[in-house]
Amino acid sequence: MTSVTTPSATTPAKRERDMKAALKEAGFSALVTFGLCIPIIAWGTRQNIENVLVLDPRWDAVAWAVAIVFVGRFLVALRAQDKSERQSLVRFLPHGTFAWLQAHSRTFSLVGLGFLVTFPIIAIQLSGWSGALKWIDNFGVQILIYVMLGWGLNIVVGLAGLLDLGYVAFYAVGAYSYALLAKNFGLSFWILLPLSGILAAFWGMLLGFPVLRLRGDYLAIVTLAFGEIIRLVLINWVDFSGGYAGISGIPRPSFFGIPFNASDTGFAAVFGLEFSPLYRTIFLYYLILCLALLTAFVTLRLRRLPVGRAWEALREDEIACRSLGINTTNTKLTAFSIGAMFGGFAGAFFSARQGFISPESFVFMESAIILAIVVLGGMGSLWGCAIAAIVMIGGTELLRELDLLKAVFGNDFDPTKYRMLIFGLAMVVIMIWKPRGLISTREPTAFLKEKKAISSDMVQEGHG
Amino acid sequence: MEVFLQQLINGLTLGSIYGLIAIGYTMVFGIIGMVNFAHGDIFMLSAFIALIFFMLIASWFGAGLIVVALIVVLVLAMFFTSLWNWAIERVAYRPLRGSFRLAPLISAIGMSIFLMNFVQVVQGPRNKSTAPMLNKSITLIESATYSVQISYKQIVIIVTTAVLLAAFWWIVQKTSLGRAQRACEQDRKMAALLGIDVDRTISITFIMGAALAAVAGVMYLVLYGVVSFHDGFVPGVKAFTAAVLGGIGSLPGAVIGGLLIGLIEVMWSAYFTIDYKDVAAFCILAIVLVFMPSGILGRPEVEKV
Repeated sequence: MTSVTTPSATTPAKRERDMKAALKEAGFSALVTFGLCIPIIAWGTRQNIENVLVLDPRWDAVAWAVAIVFVGRFLVALRAQDKSERQSLVRFLPHGTFAWLQAHSRTFSLVGLGFLVTFPIIAIQLSGWSGALKWIDNFGVQILIYVMLGWGLNIVVGLAGLLDLGYVAFYAVGAYSYALLAKNFGLSFWILLPLSGILAAFWGMLLGFPVLRLRGDYLAIVTLAFGEIIRLVLINWVDFSGGYAGISGIPRPSFFGIPFNASDTGFAAVFGLEFSPLYRTIFLYYLILCLALLTAFVTLRLRRLPVGRAWEALREDEIACRSLGINTTNTKLTAFSIGAMFGGFAGAFFSARQGFISPESFVFMESAIILAIVVLGGMGSLWGCAIAAIVMIGGTELLRELDLLKAVFGNDFDPTKYRMLIFGLAMVVIMIWKPRGLISTREPTAFLKEKKAISSDMVQEGHG
Repeated sequence: MEVFLQQLINGLTLGSIYGLIAIGYTMVFGIIGMVNFAHGDIFMLSAFIALIFFMLIASWFGAGLIVVALIVVLVLAMFFTSLWNWAIERVAYRPLRGSFRLAPLISAIGMSIFLMNFVQVVQGPRNKSTAPMLNKSITLIESATYSVQISYKQIVIIVTTAVLLAAFWWIVQKTSLGRAQRACEQDRKMAALLGIDVDRTISITFIMGAALAAVAGVMYLVLYGVVSFHDGFVPGVKAFTAAVLGGIGSLPGAVIGGLLIGLIEVMWSAYFTIDYKDVAAFCILAIVLVFMPSGILGRPEVEKV
């Protein structure tokens, strides 16, 4: 702490008046909360034994909500008065932390990569063979799928500035391509992985073509509509996709031809190991790690190509971009199709990992989560996406593990119920705290003499 | 012909509901240029609020005067839903005004996820159904094979929608509040310079949008008698389609768009296949946005460089 004289050191009279203002503020908030709670929390609807809807009064919950809001608002109001001379209400990290991180990003990348490569070993060491499965599968693979999807969408949203709310459609195309081709034609995972990507890219181009003229929010809504159309077709075209029931028994990937099973030709037997389902999970973990790193690598290289620079120019100002002679049609279509291709890869991996897919996995909520990861991470930043995916997906997965909460709220408390509730709130809170996302500095690809990271607050965006 | 007439009545009923929701989208988009993604969930929330009040009234006073009960529930639902939307605007959208252009949209998507799951947590994940009400119907045309009927519900819905739309139309066109709203829509900075409290006007816009969504919520509950926590998304998207079709920013456009979407959906289900009725609505959205982005009654967007 460098600043010694803060407004908190003023006279007692001033402080008392502040207290009154804070109380008034808190009282008002509590009143509003009471109003908000009245119908929806105060009475719960419940089907009784005769299957008739009855109301359960729950005034205790309302009292809790009002009390929490009152105390919380009071504390925030007091804090805001104390810190009124500071520019920001919430600043957990000292100024320039992100810039410092950016400057050392190479070191951090290496450390992060080292951790990712050794993660299964660490997990096995820490929680044993049986406990590690959960950590590698629920945390490792799950987070990496979202990191990869985030990086794929980052090409469309972060680099080219095209707001896509239907990205999950390409994920679905990839997943169904793998599932149908592998089941009906018996093709192997290694042939179908690129094929799924190509099919998804093709769909990306197909869906990208009609929406070339649209921008901003309109583009978002049309892509949302396309995502929903693909999902509804998958639900209704039962002969093709199995409808709601989905497709089960999808062949699992093999280790370059060696299956992961308990037979004599299985992975464990061939390598002289004791059979364990963990091997497959570890293999899947490294597979998605490679795919995610491929996405990152391609993104980094593409940024240095003319097409990557055209994307970024398009993001900053479409009109200027066009007047400089850049073909915006091709630029947009390449962004859509390359982004879609990585979505397709991730989809193929997803269906191979699950062994079962249904339209339920490709709802709009998934698109919203992926977009949230990209935007919360700070559009265009690979690090930001990774951090946002870890925080949002890992954080909500972690809720499942919190037995501590059960001790506080009683045994019938189920933290997983609150997973998406907290996810939605976190989106709002992060946006208010940092509207540009967690890592909001822009790294220029073209520069004179020295590369300097610039805060994106300095960047005036066109309506791309 | 009889089938067509019957579908026309059904379509107008459904279209009224879409139109009411669409007004909320169109007003908010007109004034702050933001797609209020959580609006569909506000509609769903209002249906839940209405459900709870219906049950409370039924348990306190019995299910006697259904019309009085309906009016009371309508007023209460409008009030409490408006309070919700006001609070949401205050907490989640106002701090982001004038910020980076994607920020309010992401915040709204977050709010939509929050509302949906909030209702799921506090009211449970199952479908909630009310006792059927206003079940009688009037037969308009009697023929040997098919008789065209209009039910009391449908009459109530169409009449209520028409009356409320007229009232809101009057507010926007004739009162100083409406004038302030239209001024903010044209140029927010200039309006502020001329002494209009822009923040307050925007708050009132959100309140009006929510009140109309609450009317739609009550009507939805009366029409279908069942509501669940994920019922907000699809009507929300369809109402947005209606707003775009009618020309976003235009109030009568939203109503015309809503009626058209309702009619198209009902006709599609009657003459083609019911499975793809949502696909039809989404296709219309895409086609309209691509080929006539300013809609039926909207002004074409002029971009200044």
